[in-house]
Amino acid sequence: MSLSLATPNTDLDLWLAQQTEKSLLRFLTCGSVDDGKSTLIGRLLYDSQLVLDDQLASLRNESRNRMVGEEGIDFSLLVDGLTAEREQGITIDVAYRFFSTDKRKFIVADTPGHEQYTRNMATGASNADLALVLIDARKGVLTQTRRHSFILSLIGVKHVVLVVNKIDLVDYDQAGFDRIVTEYRAFAEPLGFKTLHAVPVSALRGDNILAKSAKMPWFSDTPLVPYLEAIEVTEDQAERPFRFPVQWVNRPNLDFRGFSGTVASGSIATGDEVLIASSRKPAVISRIVTMDGDIERAGDGQAVTLVLDREVDISRGDLLSRPGETPEYSNQFQARVIWMHEQPAFPGRSYLLKLGSQLVPATITDLKFRTNVNTLEQTAATKVDLNEVATVTIATDKPIAFDPYAKNGLTGGFILIDRLSNATLGAGTIEFGLRRAQNLTYQEFDVNRDVRARLKGQKPQIIWFTGLSGSGKSSIANLLEKRLTAEGKHCYILDGDNVRHGLNKDLGFTEAARIENIRRVAEVARLMADAGLIVLVSFISPFEKERRLAREIAGDIDFMEVYVDTPLEVCEARDPKGLYKRARAGEITNFTGIDSPFEPPSAPDMVLHGAAEELVSLADRLHGWLKL
Amino acid sequence: MTTRLTHLETLEAESIEILREVAASFERPVMMYSIGKDSSVLLHLARKAFYPSKIPFPLLHVDTTFKFREMIAFRERTAEDYGFDLIRHTNQDGVRDGINPFDHGSSRYTDIMKTAALRQALNAGKYDAAIGGARRDEEKSRAKERVFSHRNASHAWDPKNQRPELWRVFNTRLNPGESMRVFPISNWTELDVWTYIYSENIPIVPLYFAKPRPVVERSGTLIMVDDERLPLRSGETPRMETVRFRTLGCYPLTGAIRSTASDLPSIIMEMQASRTSEREGRLIDSDSAGSMEKKKQEGYF
Repeated sequence: MSLSLATPNTDLDLWLAQQTEKSLLRFLTCGSVDDGKSTLIGRLLYDSQLVLDDQLASLRNESRNRMVGEEGIDFSLLVDGLTAEREQGITIDVAYRFFSTDKRKFIVADTPGHEQYTRNMATGASNADLALVLIDARKGVLTQTRRHSFILSLIGVKHVVLVVNKIDLVDYDQAGFDRIVTEYRAFAEPLGFKTLHAVPVSALRGDNILAKSAKMPWFSDTPLVPYLEAIEVTEDQAERPFRFPVQWVNRPNLDFRGFSGTVASGSIATGDEVLIASSRKPAVISRIVTMDGDIERAGDGQAVTLVLDREVDISRGDLLSRPGETPEYSNQFQARVIWMHEQPAFPGRSYLLKLGSQLVPATITDLKFRTNVNTLEQTAATKVDLNEVATVTIATDKPIAFDPYAKNGLTGGFILIDRLSNATLGAGTIEFGLRRAQNLTYQEFDVNRDVRARLKGQKPQIIWFTGLSGSGKSSIANLLEKRLTAEGKHCYILDGDNVRHGLNKDLGFTEAARIENIRRVAEVARLMADAGLIVLVSFISPFEKERRLAREIAGDIDFMEVYVDTPLEVCEARDPKGLYKRARAGEITNFTGIDSPFEPPSAPDMVLHGAAEELVSLADRLHGWLKL
Repeated sequence: MTTRLTHLETLEAESIEILREVAASFERPVMMYSIGKDSSVLLHLARKAFYPSKIPFPLLHVDTTFKFREMIAFRERTAEDYGFDLIRHTNQDGVRDGINPFDHGSSRYTDIMKTAALRQALNAGKYDAAIGGARRDEEKSRAKERVFSHRNASHAWDPKNQRPELWRVFNTRLNPGESMRVFPISNWTELDVWTYIYSENIPIVPLYFAKPRPVVERSGTLIMVDDERLPLRSGETPRMETVRFRTLGCYPLTGAIRSTASDLPSIIMEMQASRTSEREGRLIDSDSAGSMEKKKQEGYF
């Protein structure tokens, strides 16, 4: 699969060969608002002659009444493309730009400075090898500078260039520049950057961008673009363990079964033995298939299709590695998450976790601490808000294969997805696995309600609905169960009718039988909650003492009495099962509300007015009130 | 030990990975096929992504009825050569009402025959993912678009509410009625596309190569008289000029450039020396600043 061109025999072939030989550097720009990021990128595009005549003409036109340099152009207009950005003069989202010099090709992610768009900055950082951290020479290191630098280290960007911009506005002052660099170096010390280069520039005027500026004879280091052309950022991925996440099972016919995917690190050759992470079964690579013909060896970054020598059970999400250098395979790990949604993250909530091609339900089981991104201080927290960073433990519903993010970004970085809205809520980087499945031992603990509850990521409880027949108890319980289940909770509904058909089919409707009916249901609810479930009990349960009995049986399990208060005439008008009609006709005796009393609860935990509001909003209100 | 991938090999592998992710994650994907050079590259990448399987989704061409005749001929030939499943869709309401760019203006015509037609086709096929050949270097608002770009039930794009897209982990989840637009060659530049076509020997529509063609010049734009439907203005007579196209679309809305570049090497050389941007020949982009963004919010690709 080579894109090398035919033997160069023309100038063009030579030139094209040079084009394909060029290496690629992906970098991002970040920093605070108004420090001139967009202007800098505009300047880079302009100086590498990528701004074309028709763009220049419209640019000059739009640059009237704006801050311009000698060229008469507001360079930021080249990159701020959204209408809202032009109106407000800010960058809202990541813009990707492309330019190249004789030595290298560049993909630039221009990321927003505003705090509310920090998540977009993290997005830009995730695919970059290097970051330009811009600082306004007049303002120095700001909160956002620190925040962005911390996120760079979290995402694992190893190379930083500190670009001290607008140096022209401080008369090209060396002392100020040195002060800023010293302060930044001290702050960045714990962040683990491999290289840190500092340049004083004026993006507007072009000082120290392409070449050394005569205005700053005191600066003897490399200017910006020559530095970017020369820096070596690639680590030799081939030296790392082989990782191949299976993306798609390739089955054109019964005779061919291949596994398509991209080599995430290392390399593999035909004849090599691999292990399948989920089953730990071995197999040997018999072919490496591409449309351009089979190849002997595939390395990091190549998209290929592997064929194995035997029938093994492999599906999308599986990870192939070599024996002796296998990834971790576990359902618990510690990770750092950056939260990207207005709705905060809470321990115990269930999300979907996507890592490579693996998608599994997952819960934040423990919030260890939050890291203040301005001071790097660690503090206790009960939730993670938008743009905050926290260290957490995560439990997945089934084991997944991964590496610590520091070892491999592609097998250690994940996103969290909301189970209802499907929005991307946050991103995380795995620090280490907490239990290695390869040496599973029975841990020293008794399996009790707490353990089962933690496993399910929920608070076991009994929600006891009481109210007249037809008041809406079962409908609300059903809606609530649907919503909880969608959120990944485990619930069960005990309904008067269902239980009477089985467990209690020997019971009638005398007062004694009714009490026994409730006693049995309450005991079943207690067992189910002890098993870790959220139990919804929907019973008329008309007598105060029956309900008190149920609460006593629940013991130390949370018990919520929900009174669905719907007027008798409404229930009778609904008459979903035709029972009222039959009771009025005398076909049924002891019917609550007709010839048997209903004792309204004296102190219910919650009252829902079944005739005053839609059932859905009642269920939602109840959901909001529950402690899950 | 493996050698490091070249720039183009890296782009190719990333695009293949995106195409496979679509096939693996969506129920009913479809690939937009516009017959242009970017579509030709996309088709080539899709063949590579799934080989030896056939492309596991259909290709959709929205036919405005004003495409160059050579484009339609190329479309039919290509579908036959590679044996993919081709869906051709035209907005029949527009045909019934005789909508054309001359009497109704380019923006209304585009809205009905392109944007609305696309929405119709996507709704009719109940597609949950539509793959397109847009690139981030084409236009400013496209520079901001995600690779997996979420659309609500009315196909609209909300630029302020895009999902964060980290690493190469794509959130492909949808709620009922929503859909995804996917752009596998987001990070390719125009030069990358041409060098790839050259080195991989990918067939493209002959209109990209210079040859004498009948044209009229209108306010600096050369319009090719592709058939008798183009109303000539008074005093206009089509004349033969050696021209080619940098971008292809509907013939009355696509400007040609004077050029003698009749093979790929000379096209690439000419492009490198050129000082105007690729979409300048499209008459719809320059309507107003932010017009592309607005079109995308309405569901245009």
